[in-house]
Amino acid sequence: MAAPSADLALPAPGFGAALRKAIGPIGLLRESPVGMVGITLVAFWVLVAIFAPLIAPYDPLATQDPFRCPPWWQHSYCPTNEVDNFYLLGTDHLGRDVFSRLVWGARKVLIYAPLATLCAYTVGIVMGLCAGYYRGWTDNILSRFADLILSFPVLVLYILIIAHFGASAVNIVVAIVFASGPGIMRIVRGLVLDLRTREYVAAAETRGEPAWWIMLVEILPNARGPLIVDACLRLGYVTITIGVLGFLGLGLPPPDPDWGGMINETRSMAISFPHMTVFPCIAISTLILGFNLMADGLREISLRD
Amino acid sequence: MLLFILKRIGFMALTMLAVSVVLFALLEIDKEKVAVRVIGQYTTPEQRALWLERNGYNRPIVERYVSWLGHVAIGDFGRSVRYQSPVADVLWPRVWNTVILATYALGIIVPLSLVLGILAGMREGSKLDRAISVTCIGTTSVPEFASAVFIAALFVFVLGILPGTSSMADGFNVLELVMPVMVLVLYDFGYVARMTRASMAEVMTTQYVRTAVLAGLPYARVIWKYALRNALIAPFTVIMLQVNWLLSGVIVVEVFFSYKGFGALLLDASLSQDVYLIEACTLVAVFVAVGTQTIADIAYTYLNPRIRFT
Repeated sequence: MAAPSADLALPAPGFGAALRKAIGPIGLLRESPVGMVGITLVAFWVLVAIFAPLIAPYDPLATQDPFRCPPWWQHSYCPTNEVDNFYLLGTDHLGRDVFSRLVWGARKVLIYAPLATLCAYTVGIVMGLCAGYYRGWTDNILSRFADLILSFPVLVLYILIIAHFGASAVNIVVAIVFASGPGIMRIVRGLVLDLRTREYVAAAETRGEPAWWIMLVEILPNARGPLIVDACLRLGYVTITIGVLGFLGLGLPPPDPDWGGMINETRSMAISFPHMTVFPCIAISTLILGFNLMADGLREISLRD
Repeated sequence: MLLFILKRIGFMALTMLAVSVVLFALLEIDKEKVAVRVIGQYTTPEQRALWLERNGYNRPIVERYVSWLGHVAIGDFGRSVRYQSPVADVLWPRVWNTVILATYALGIIVPLSLVLGILAGMREGSKLDRAISVTCIGTTSVPEFASAVFIAALFVFVLGILPGTSSMADGFNVLELVMPVMVLVLYDFGYVARMTRASMAEVMTTQYVRTAVLAGLPYARVIWKYALRNALIAPFTVIMLQVNWLLSGVIVVEVFFSYKGFGALLLDASLSQDVYLIEACTLVAVFVAVGTQTIADIAYTYLNPRIRFT
């Protein structure tokens, strides 16, 4: 087991080293079985999303034979006449292949969830760095603002914003940034308040380095441990949020396949044709489970050291 | 202590005030939009102008806000367009229904998660601990809408033993509450259990617990008399804060099972742009969230002798 830690400890020069340093903790996951399961689940969906055009047997928007049940799960409500096409997971009320929509839907969620999380992190980190580094009235204003946002029940805030400004991909990302930025800010602020008292920060200040350089280069990299764990957890939450918004009819606009939206469109038929809703639910649950297990594995490793 | 409580309540009032300003700014600054939403899209500009004049919308914005706040403070939220009746008449019965749902859910979540958390935290790293922890991650990974689908598929489609909706059309029926409560419990108990576990595990490593064990006291007695009291302080706060999450979950569950509660009303109001109803619902939701946070803060300082704010 000496080899992996050795190549982490001796960074090769250049971009590769910086990258390895940044994702180092994720590489360490191989020491945690729970984390390995998590990363496998996530990797599975990432591969499905990348190779969606090769995996999906049909066009996700093509309407063919409606209300088909999966061939291995026939029940009394299913139409029984033979059709030529083979639908692994059946079709929905418009005759679109559930399996193909599921595969293409993975793309949607794996683009928007990381994108929204990344944007929220950018905003949250900038706010947190400023609040923690400058303290004083900057901190006061930013913290009161965060208190205000965080006093809303999460989903209420999302519903308010999206119902008011309309459901679109951009608005969903903006709403997520707005609602989770303050939470990230609080974490970063706490870490910065501690880190800014370290000697290397004092040294940098003495050298006359500009404030933004100290925040981004001296302080931020040293706060990355807890932030990576939180980012994994938050990816899970954001995935849930996108799913919930889709479920409530406030998500990405149809007809493009999106897991939450698939559940929303067919839930009135869930009692008679459960295959239309159950499979998207399994898909989103396994992806979230992947993120959460990854976060748990990372936390376990970071606690061990 | 009294001063601290007053401070917290004052802070709570300030937060509510700030929320009301944001809400008013978001929904009522553009008075033309309010007119369109209240008296309809197909009205003439003259009709809208007349309506705005009659309802005092031509006053300065600050005056309008203060008068709105005054009415809200005495529980007069205006008239719902969607339901064609005063907002208060629609709102309070719905809130009551949600209180019933949430009480059942919390009544199961709290004992279940405390017991599991304590069992897991008693022996950190044991097989039981790992099993409980992984189960908790598993259940919190399934969003409410997904577990609602799974549970409905199982109990209605496969087993056929529970009613598929919870609209309470034929009067109150406990059976119709089973699935909504189950969904809420499944999603929420994991988090509280994990927090309880962390708190319990921490207490188990303290000197006084070790001393008690080494002094030869029976293990059960050490847990009951020494560890539990301190281990339960943190979970209490978490449970109070959990009400905030429960409010979000309640929206999904009520929509899925068409339960006539507060969460479904809030979504309904937002989707139909029913301005006054949105304002009332949001204020109630924020009040509950901030109120439970305040209670959690006060109780935490009361329960934990190491913290004393004045």
